[in-house]
Amino acid sequence: MYRVNKYERPETVEACAELLRSSPRSMLIAGNMFLRMSNINIPLAIDLSACGLDYVRKEEDGTIRIGAMCSLRELEVNPLLRGYCTGLISQAAGEIIGVQFRNLATAGASVFSKYGFSDVITPLLAVDARINLFEQGEVSLEEFLRQPLRRDLLTEIILPPCEGAGKFISFRNSAGDFSILNVAVSSAGGRVRIAVGARPARAALAYEAMKLADAGARQEEVAAAAAAELSFGTNMRGSAEYRRALCSVLVERTLTAIGEVE
Amino acid sequence: MKNIGVSVPKVDTAALATGAPVYVDDYPKLPGTLYVKVLRSPYAHARISAIDTTRAKAVPGVAAVLTYKDAPDIRYSSCGGSYPESSPYDRKILEQTVRYVGDEVALVAAETEKAAERASRLIKVEYELLPAVFEPEESEESGIVIHDESDIFVPAQPAGYAPEKNQISCFKVNVGDVEAELAKAEVVHTAMYETQAQAHAMMETLRSYTYLAPDGRLTVIATTQAPYHLRRQVAYSLGLPIGKVRVIKMRVGGGFGGKKVAVTEPLAGLVTLKTGRPACLILDRQENFSATTTRHAMRMQVTLGADRDGTLKAIRIDNYSNTGAYGEEGPAVTMVAANNILPSYNRANAISYCGRTIYTNIVPGGALRGYGATQGGFALECAISELAAKLGMDSYEFRLKNMARLGDVGGVLHSEIKSCALERCMEMGRRMIGWDSKSRCKVVDQDHVRALGVALTTHRTSIPNADKATVTIRLERDGSYLLLTGAADLGTGSDTVLAQIAAEALDTSAERVCVRSGDTDYGTYDTGAFASSTTYVAGNAILKAAEKLKAMMVQSGAAKLKCSEEEAVFDGTKVFVEKSPEQFVSLEQLGSISEGGAADQLIASATYSSMLAPLTFMSGFAEIELDIRTGKIKLLRFVSVADCGKVINPALARVQAEGGIMMGIGMALFEEVHRSETGRLETDSFMQYKIPCREDVPPDCIQVEFVESEEPSGPYGAKSIGEASVHTVAPAIADAVYQAAGIHLRTLPFTPERVLRALRERKHEN
Amino acid sequence: MQFKININGRSTICEAQPEDSLLEVLRRIGIYSVRSGCETGNCGVCTVWLNGTPVLSCSVPVARAEGQCVTTVEGVSEEAAALVEALSEEGADQCGYCAPGLIMAVLAMKRELSMPDEEGIAHYLNGNLCRCSGYRAQMRAIRKFLCAEK
Repeated sequence: MYRVNKYERPETVEACAELLRSSPRSMLIAGNMFLRMSNINIPLAIDLSACGLDYVRKEEDGTIRIGAMCSLRELEVNPLLRGYCTGLISQAAGEIIGVQFRNLATAGASVFSKYGFSDVITPLLAVDARINLFEQGEVSLEEFLRQPLRRDLLTEIILPPCEGAGKFISFRNSAGDFSILNVAVSSAGGRVRIAVGARPARAALAYEAMKLADAGARQEEVAAAAAAELSFGTNMRGSAEYRRALCSVLVERTLTAIGEVE
Repeated sequence: MKNIGVSVPKVDTAALATGAPVYVDDYPKLPGTLYVKVLRSPYAHARISAIDTTRAKAVPGVAAVLTYKDAPDIRYSSCGGSYPESSPYDRKILEQTVRYVGDEVALVAAETEKAAERASRLIKVEYELLPAVFEPEESEESGIVIHDESDIFVPAQPAGYAPEKNQISCFKVNVGDVEAELAKAEVVHTAMYETQAQAHAMMETLRSYTYLAPDGRLTVIATTQAPYHLRRQVAYSLGLPIGKVRVIKMRVGGGFGGKKVAVTEPLAGLVTLKTGRPACLILDRQENFSATTTRHAMRMQVTLGADRDGTLKAIRIDNYSNTGAYGEEGPAVTMVAANNILPSYNRANAISYCGRTIYTNIVPGGALRGYGATQGGFALECAISELAAKLGMDSYEFRLKNMARLGDVGGVLHSEIKSCALERCMEMGRRMIGWDSKSRCKVVDQDHVRALGVALTTHRTSIPNADKATVTIRLERDGSYLLLTGAADLGTGSDTVLAQIAAEALDTSAERVCVRSGDTDYGTYDTGAFASSTTYVAGNAILKAAEKLKAMMVQSGAAKLKCSEEEAVFDGTKVFVEKSPEQFVSLEQLGSISEGGAADQLIASATYSSMLAPLTFMSGFAEIELDIRTGKIKLLRFVSVADCGKVINPALARVQAEGGIMMGIGMALFEEVHRSETGRLETDSFMQYKIPCREDVPPDCIQVEFVESEEPSGPYGAKSIGEASVHTVAPAIADAVYQAAGIHLRTLPFTPERVLRALRERKHEN
Repeated sequence: MQFKININGRSTICEAQPEDSLLEVLRRIGIYSVRSGCETGNCGVCTVWLNGTPVLSCSVPVARAEGQCVTTVEGVSEEAAALVEALSEEGADQCGYCAPGLIMAVLAMKRELSMPDEEGIAHYLNGNLCRCSGYRAQMRAIRKFLCAEK
């Protein structure tokens, strides 16, 4: 468990950001799920739970805005999200450990931390989500994942309007474990986006495969292309070789499932 | 029988909803309590060349920092077995040499946990690194000697004790001429099987709270399966006379064997002796994984010979058991891997087993539900299925032809099989799973295949000539009974089951029997809750004590009624004159007489020593769905039918079996163990080490049934259920996978990647 | 620092550091049903309600509970009685260590979902690990409880 010298729980986002700027070693506390396992000294802890970032709202054009402090459980059960792109984000969030964990872990921290094992980033990438950062402003998730980690405050996740279908498939050995690999596909207006995560590096889009899919290639070809173009690594949960094999199977199955929905 | 075969609700559940203080950490902390943190070795094998505690001692609130220089120069074993143990006394509470990553280096005791933790980080240690070895076969040849101490004592030195080559024991079984039988056999199968160092993963980590009683005796508040052994070990490790130690067992938050070893108690005890203050040591989850004990990882070469008609002729098993850095339960586990399993196929002409127990520089092996038998059972049952496949026989039929039967005697059996319903266990399981020898496998779609597999097992009930229980029953003034026992309920419900046995013997109901256990000052001796023994051993002691008490009550009643004892009868509620029932003395009156006046108190003790150790039998049937493109095995159903003799409490027996099966499922499919190149256990949290969760199998996956046999030596015919249930799971799944895909899985756990690799290798072969 | 928390319906002042976990603070004031199981958020043993929502008390900094309502099994013993009885009849609690966390999750589930099926129950309770029971006896008891309550 970490130790804190000063603990603040501001009531506005601006105040949080101000505090974050004030001290170079200050830390934001969102879900506190992973932070609590670190053994560090924190001179200033900024608790984000009181600053009003726990909303999900839909704008007139269909854009959905998810406050950074929305819990994973909220992603799982919120009707707006369940109805968004055949519910792929809800589905991904709902598979994570258990209800009492999901009630605490937050959407914002899942994205901001850029964890490779994240089940949340993958579907967000597949729907081309954008994020709002207090300092940096709005940026696409894809761009954000490419950037080096910077001190900032992620305030919200923005989902573009989507009339299409989506599907998330994770592969894990035990249902309570991290994914060995996860795949999310969205399909809207004839454009397919394929994201693969837990490689175990962070999620990435499979552009070659997407091109083939848009051109109407067979699912096996698309899947094989994704497995060929992406890089995979080895960790305790699986070897790079195994992940590559899984990638083509899971992409194919995800495409099949989308085909059935469509 | 009104108390036997009845699901009496568990006596200790109600306290849970009230948050009553029942576990070690709930015990009220005495003033001056110190919290203990352990500094552990980051190296797998090293010698401490310098240790500086100055800065740690200066942290406010720190009361003591203890290193090997402060610990008693006494070697002991943490093995909680009956004396004389075959385990070497090869560890000290703190020692200059550390032998695995996690080994204790120093103890810090402070007013608060935070101060202790902070101080532990300020201890400066210099290590001289020594070469380390992690695999038993390598260990033997390496020239690295893990225990080169000259002062190791082994109370019952096992055969093959040769620490100079890291071997603690070499246990052999030889029945018939295996080489000759194998040479004659028409079909021979041989293969290597490997099991992992499974973790107990009990929800309550190991912990203890120690203090000096006003009379100066060391009191240990413990979460233990064996209070009397623990008392002996704590006393020995600290150089105290046994009479100066008292162990009080609290409610145990899961044990599975992991709490029959003395891990934390000597450490906390040392702090209390050195400071004179109460000491609380609670291991965190990481320590619980990486610095306690595990199931012994084993590698077993199994060779079987049979004739073409399917008669099993010979069994040979060569086993390497990895006992890690300390001997703990090692030699006994290696022995049980044979003794509890080989009886299944005792009809073979020749059986040989050679099991070596080898030191390495990993987390020590210990006692874990099954105690070697799970590992031995995995290897033997997998080999049996593979042999059947080689013979072109159905693996069920092959077992039916060769398995143990009622009346079998000799061979590897300790005693004649006087109760055995294995055939019925097999038959009922076969029907429940829908076994059809001709089509055990069906294709679901192009990616998925479903298939069935089978295994069977035996497990001895108690340890013959070692397990022993004494109980005392006394009649209370209100006519109820108090049962004092040393048996240790670790959540299994044994307090409830023992109350039922006492109630039946005394012709009353279970709620009129209050069971008290676990305090070595006020209880009676019992070897403890391990080796599938409590119901059988303590249950038999209760029957004997109840008979004595009944005779005393009749005697007391007869005196009051002024008749002879022969004329008096006890019916559970009163003693009356047989010929004129209107003349009676009620239990309450007897209770009153027991406490008042000059008559002897109505209290009776009896001891039962296990001599026979009857076999429990079990069948296991798996239905799986294999994803042939990812290698994922989905367990759809696991049917298991047990012959545990007479079932005393069906609900509790069922949970024991279901829980054991789930532990077997974890071992078969999920519980992977990873170690770094430097020997550090990497699967040291519930995040990295995956015990099965609720969604890992379908809700109704596990199906348990009982077919009862009457064990003549058991209390009301009972045998045991605690351990046998784990054994059949992995081999039955392996058998099903072979049916589904023609591959033989021989290494646990069967992770999707391993399965896919095997599938691809088979494709290459074809 | 002092934190004012409504614990089981009673306003309580707790002396703690803001980052101390709700789990340790609750135990410190004698609420023993709340126990630590894993330290990594995986086991569900320490489950309590924060404003009626089941959370892992090991992961909630006590500062977040300031002014909020915390409920533990001690505070819902009446509501839990029938479930405890069902667990007892099935022998499902076994070692009992995980039972309070499970009870809190089941009661929350009952309020949140109307008559879930077996899969729905397993999904809701997937974060409550148990090493003893193999879950089946727990599931029998939960089913019995839900049916009786209906």
